[in-house]
Amino acid sequence: MVLKKMKRHWQLYFVVLIPMLYVIIFKYVPMYGALIAFKDYHVVQGILGSPWAGLKHFEYFFNSPNFWPIFNNTLGISLYALAVGFPVPIALALALNEVRQGAFKRLVQMVTYAPYFISTVIMVSIVLLFLDPHVGIVNMLIQALGYQPINFMGTAGFFKTIYVLSDVWQNAGYAAIIYIAALAGINTDLYEAARVDGASRFQKMLHVDLPGIMPVAVVMLILSVGGIMNVGFEKIYLMQNQLNVVSSEVIATYVYKEGLLGANFSFSAAVGLFNSVINVILLVTVNQVARRYSENSLW
Amino acid sequence: MANKGAIRESLNDRVFMFLIYALLTVFFLVVLYPLVYIFSSSFSSPQAVLSGRVWLWPVEPTLMGYQAVFKNPQIGIGFANSVFYAFFGTFINVTLTVMLGYALSVKGFYGRQAIMGMLVFTLLFSGGLIPTYLVVKGLGILNTRWAMLLPGALAVWQVIITRTFFQATIPNELREAAEIDGCRDVGFMARVAFPLAKPIIAVLFLMYAVGNWNAYFDALIYLKSPNLFPLQIILRNILVINSVDPTMMINVNEMAAREGLKNLLKYSLIVVSSGPVLILYPFIQKYFVKGMMIGSLKG
Repeated sequence: MVLKKMKRHWQLYFVVLIPMLYVIIFKYVPMYGALIAFKDYHVVQGILGSPWAGLKHFEYFFNSPNFWPIFNNTLGISLYALAVGFPVPIALALALNEVRQGAFKRLVQMVTYAPYFISTVIMVSIVLLFLDPHVGIVNMLIQALGYQPINFMGTAGFFKTIYVLSDVWQNAGYAAIIYIAALAGINTDLYEAARVDGASRFQKMLHVDLPGIMPVAVVMLILSVGGIMNVGFEKIYLMQNQLNVVSSEVIATYVYKEGLLGANFSFSAAVGLFNSVINVILLVTVNQVARRYSENSLW
Repeated sequence: MANKGAIRESLNDRVFMFLIYALLTVFFLVVLYPLVYIFSSSFSSPQAVLSGRVWLWPVEPTLMGYQAVFKNPQIGIGFANSVFYAFFGTFINVTLTVMLGYALSVKGFYGRQAIMGMLVFTLLFSGGLIPTYLVVKGLGILNTRWAMLLPGALAVWQVIITRTFFQATIPNELREAAEIDGCRDVGFMARVAFPLAKPIIAVLFLMYAVGNWNAYFDALIYLKSPNLFPLQIILRNILVINSVDPTMMINVNEMAAREGLKNLLKYSLIVVSSGPVLILYPFIQKYFVKGMMIGSLKG
């Protein structure tokens, strides 16, 4: 029975062979490898041969003085990024939707998408150059206005804001695309009806546009919340220095430093696993909540 | 959309539209200005940049910054390596993605639900950094060019986009008709499906190519030899590591001469490394928009 079903498209098994080999080797074998979080991993003994350690590494992490600061930074940066980064693209899309097709609209769209294509390394370099205490343009402006220069990157308190605002600068335009597409798909009868009812432009935005993009917004929100524990390691690591580390150390940078720079494989794997598990729980929970209170959810 | 604007705009609506245009203009300028400033600085003299005389246009135009960039041998090596990784990496990415995406779009393909499930699960949960690193190490490809090509050979999200594209463009009847005529899967793929897939291949090609060009993280963890480093690592060494000097709040004039060229080089380097993508970008942006649309069909 099964064999007969399999025979119909037998050639496709060869087609998926190499891609699935990749998925198994680079995605599923590491999941199995995450077992070392419960072991005392030694290179010579390998994953199976290393002795079991139970929850030792997890306990050590939870009890270490680093735990709460790192956990709070991870959550804090993410929530801050979500609170600012989620509404801005929606506002941008709603505003662009009001503007007639033409040169102005095309120009705004083209320029605001552009930073998305800048690499993380370059993005961070730009931030560092602009905020440099003595040669950066921001501090030159501050000095021109008669104030003392501010050492932005060397002040822990500024870190999260710099991270979030530069993220919005880089990604808001691109993130707006999906909402612009959703707005273009709204049934024109609704606008007609709103016009007949004498709705103002603002009322139309509030009662037609906004509900129209809700389904997309909910899905985007679920995805963002699902990624909360995966704050942009690449960018944070580049922005980090000794002076701001108290507010820039997140789980991902900690895993990297402990694991690869410090060679504490098992401990670091435990921290990483903790992160992954929280992520799954968050994603499932948000999806559940979304399913209960609206018709939109991922599954 | 045309019937949205009423014939006579009320005062209310005109104020609203004024606010919309004001908002968009501000956002547009906020995004544009840093790009213009970097571009202009890169063509100015070191003294002009350091002393803050560059605000909008290049001051005392020179090509000194660019000469410094092209004299640096590291940058040349990094550029060549990045071209290599981006070219072969993208080739592998697109080939594997299209193969898997196509197979998953075939309705009667026994086991496609299971494969799909396996793929989606990797989006939810991952083994983490350390176990993945250990796999790469175990394969013996640490510090080789393969470490830049294999671990990221396929992005699950793009496979889903590709599958959605094939489902939408190739009707099942067409495949069944071909089957009756004795055309097997591989023949159908080569003669019918792939020629129809040119738009999605273009989208995948560009998304992967930009991603590969901008990536630095895999190189950071898997490569040790400087002659294998991609451009982004070289950029990080020059732009980020050198410039994180937040403790240096000392006499500006003393530093100026020495720092001048180093500072200018950074602006020129940013332009040289991001320029190619940003110049191409107006021509390729529609493919990115298209990719995002297809992706959102079945989020």
